[in-house]
Amino acid sequence: MASREKKKKGKLRLNPNGDIITLENVSKSYATGAPALNGIDLRIKKGEFVFIIGDSGSGKSTMIKLLLRELVASEGKIMVMGEDLTRLRHRKVPKYRRNLGIVFQDFRLLKDRNVYENVAFAQRIIQVPTKEIKRNVPSVLSVVGLAGKYKARPRQLSGGEQQRVAIARALVNRPAILLADEPTGNLDPDTTWDIMKLLESINENGTTILMVTHNREIVDAMKKRVITMKKGVIVSDEERGGYNNED
Amino acid sequence: MKISTLFYTIKQGIVNIFRNKWFSLASIATIGACLFLFGIFFCVILNLENIVKTAEQGVSVTVFFDEGITQERIDEIGGLIKNRPEVYGDPEFISADAAWDSFKTEYLGEYADGFAENPLADSASYQIRLADVSKQSELVSYLESVQGIRTVNRSEVTASTLTGMNALIAYISIGIIVILLAVSIFLISNTVTIGISVRKEEISIMKYIGATDFFVRSPFVIEGMLIGALGAIIPDIIIYFLYNEVIRYITVEFNTLTELLAFLTVQDVFRYFLPISFGIGVGIGFLGSVTTVRRHLRV
Repeated sequence: MASREKKKKGKLRLNPNGDIITLENVSKSYATGAPALNGIDLRIKKGEFVFIIGDSGSGKSTMIKLLLRELVASEGKIMVMGEDLTRLRHRKVPKYRRNLGIVFQDFRLLKDRNVYENVAFAQRIIQVPTKEIKRNVPSVLSVVGLAGKYKARPRQLSGGEQQRVAIARALVNRPAILLADEPTGNLDPDTTWDIMKLLESINENGTTILMVTHNREIVDAMKKRVITMKKGVIVSDEERGGYNNED
Repeated sequence: MKISTLFYTIKQGIVNIFRNKWFSLASIATIGACLFLFGIFFCVILNLENIVKTAEQGVSVTVFFDEGITQERIDEIGGLIKNRPEVYGDPEFISADAAWDSFKTEYLGEYADGFAENPLADSASYQIRLADVSKQSELVSYLESVQGIRTVNRSEVTASTLTGMNALIAYISIGIIVILLAVSIFLISNTVTIGISVRKEEISIMKYIGATDFFVRSPFVIEGMLIGALGAIIPDIIIYFLYNEVIRYITVEFNTLTELLAFLTVQDVFRYFLPISFGIGVGIGFLGSVTTVRRHLRV
């Protein structure tokens, strides 16, 4: 899988400091004029696990959308894996996104397809040959602990299992960065911890993870880097931080 | 595009049709109905054109010669007429004797015995058939200037009527076809729009994962083209079987007009209709879906 997909996804480039993501004085205003982000500076190194926390409207989702290149910054510069997202042409966005994995709070699985097809879908999109898909999908499903449920439809799975499928789909193309937008928001506490352990092990294998969350307990317990946002600015950025530091 | 991706795209196009089967069926039925109507007009127009053409070939110009003209000069004139572009086939020479024989048989019968000499001695003529009726005046002007020709007889009314009828058929058919095509494109566009709205979430997931616009759009275009193709096949089959029945019915019911009504065979009609209807079906499917995905999938 590796060589062919690398060609599809492009080369991973870091700046001399080893930063995989850099935001320099980034602002984003919407048509209403209200700034969603205001002069953000941020550097994230390859292999980091970063929590982004903050109240609703603090700019967390806008930041994720900017990193996905769903939105373009009004001001400033965003570099991700050597790509300047403020200058990235529309037709080059798909190729850029192939280096990212994305996990949502509501899983966003295709309800009419089984687990295998949901994960294979991510590979089909980047035109991986069927033979390779047949090899890669079972392997990633075993990583998330769902090898035995590949035939199940999403509605036959629990919330935690559905999120595992979503993570498998995000991982199957071996992204350098995993963006997780409240991935445990719909899960009970036990399942939340299962998912967090899974994300941590993925991070230990070298994937950079940016996770937006409201879950105080996991942020405090995991002792990872925590970026706190408020009204479009970063109010704190701490290594091994916690929710307690907010306010 | 890789072969496996091509198959995947086609498969997704087919899956889209089934996943959205009632809308797909409605589109296929409406396109089928439009193409069926188109087919009927096409058959009528093609046959009318054939009838007009046959009638046009029946429209003739007759030239009579000066008294005492030599046979050599008549042959020369025959050659001149044959080389004219307005003329269809060879001009038919009717000698004075042949004209008299025909007249006798048709009108006089046994009373013709009273004539010792041919009263139509100077009535040798050329019967000229026209390739294009609208050029009749040009031909007549030319013939009138040829030395040795005494009179040129023509049927101006028939010629202008047929020319007018040809134009009318063309205008009506173009008008109807344009309206039907617009309706069909609108319908395909609606089906694809519904398909896109049903699959909005799937499309957004595809985009987040890194699907190109082409990859996202292709299944919808394939879906549109397949709907168009299916919409074309159904009326093709119906018209194929219906055509012979209708022709048989008209021939039996209006047998007095059989000589005037020169119908084409179903094979003659389908030689044009099959590729045209199929092309239109697939074409409007393509157009309808491409314009819709461009509008709705600014992804």
